[in-house]
Amino acid sequence: MPEGLRVGYFPGCTLKTDARDFESSALAVAGALGIEVAELSRWNCCGTVYSLDAVNLMPRLASVHNLIRAEEEGFSEIMTLCSMCYNTLKRTNNLFTSINSAVVADAPWRTAINDFLCLDPGYSGRVKIYHFLEFLREKIKPEQVKDLVVRPLDGLAVAPYYGCLLLRPKEIAIDDPEKPEILTPFLSALGAKVIDFPLNNECCGAYQTAMHPEAVARRACRIISSAQSEGADMIAVSCPLCHYNLSALQNATNSRQSGPKAMPIIYFTEIMARAMGLNYQTDAANMTPTSVPPGRCRASAWEAAK
Amino acid sequence: MKIILGNSHPQSLFAQRIEALSGQKLFACYQCGKCSSGCPMAESMDLLPNRVIREAQLNNGPVLMSCRAVWFCSSCFACAVRCPKGIDIARIMEAVRTIQMMDGKPITEQPSCEDTGTLPQIALVSHFRKFNV
Repeated sequence: MPEGLRVGYFPGCTLKTDARDFESSALAVAGALGIEVAELSRWNCCGTVYSLDAVNLMPRLASVHNLIRAEEEGFSEIMTLCSMCYNTLKRTNNLFTSINSAVVADAPWRTAINDFLCLDPGYSGRVKIYHFLEFLREKIKPEQVKDLVVRPLDGLAVAPYYGCLLLRPKEIAIDDPEKPEILTPFLSALGAKVIDFPLNNECCGAYQTAMHPEAVARRACRIISSAQSEGADMIAVSCPLCHYNLSALQNATNSRQSGPKAMPIIYFTEIMARAMGLNYQTDAANMTPTSVPPGRCRASAWEAAK
Repeated sequence: MKIILGNSHPQSLFAQRIEALSGQKLFACYQCGKCSSGCPMAESMDLLPNRVIREAQLNNGPVLMSCRAVWFCSSCFACAVRCPKGIDIARIMEAVRTIQMMDGKPITEQPSCEDTGTLPQIALVSHFRKFNV
């Protein structure tokens, strides 16, 4: 077990409410792997979406505040669990780190933001932003995970679903945007059969769920059907919004008696924690009104592993 | 008072505003259609993403001002990573949304109270940030 592995942790809003089981399972897994996760003592909303406006400074400031606090608390690396937080913080951070920013209009922003915040010397851009998945890949070997498995998944077919914000745009991608497989070695180490399906990097509809739920339901239906046709027993996600969107469809589907069969949508950290025999708080599982109990389809191995 | 009109012909103002707001080169697009073919929300759109760009190149303000497609873009950046000309189309969609809102013609609907009760925070906050100026 590696020693002295310490990382700052930016939770974001949803990890403290709807996705509490994601947070608690991730913290349990990190603890078992010897990673010391230190939550930032002060943090605010990351902004949830990175502003695409090339002229308005204000939407970037929430993220910059968090990065400044991370630097003040002495963290050179911080980690997020939510894909949206990761994307927003990392892209904001890129404004300060990449001289040749992907968007030319972004280049002068480093000075403008520091001038606006009246900070001396301003945010330096030295904090490195990780998603937990990326952190595991960089710092932990799959064999270390394998050593800790007490309830192997015995060939349970798990389809990793990556969504958009971990893979796009290219400058913040933690893996190949078109053929991601960052979860494969870790799920294999747990004894799962990893299912590759063609829609694993397609958007679930994201925040459109607030305005156009019917369009998101069509997306989710297609994604779940695709995973199911490849033989998946469950879908592993890494984003609270993907989790909500893919689960939310299922209630509608069950009442319509059409579309794909119900399929458990589980955070990848929950799968890891359960295979590693770790206890974690699951009180939030009942908070999400759309959550589907595991084992509605042919996930009998999953039931046995619980 | 002397007023000098530069190269900006009044008819090109719409395209200029989009370029300024998005930071993207609108006229780099040569209509290959790759953005639309990979867009996960295309089936819900009244104008496909490449068509939005084409109408912007043509300064077709009325079409873009009544275009609902931009409200279906969920900024997943599939178009942006695949564009052979390196255009971030999601930024252009955002610019058209912004112009619609700035010119007082928002075509957005608010989610109902019953819906908001079950939505996770990230969906709500994103919605407020994307669909309000």
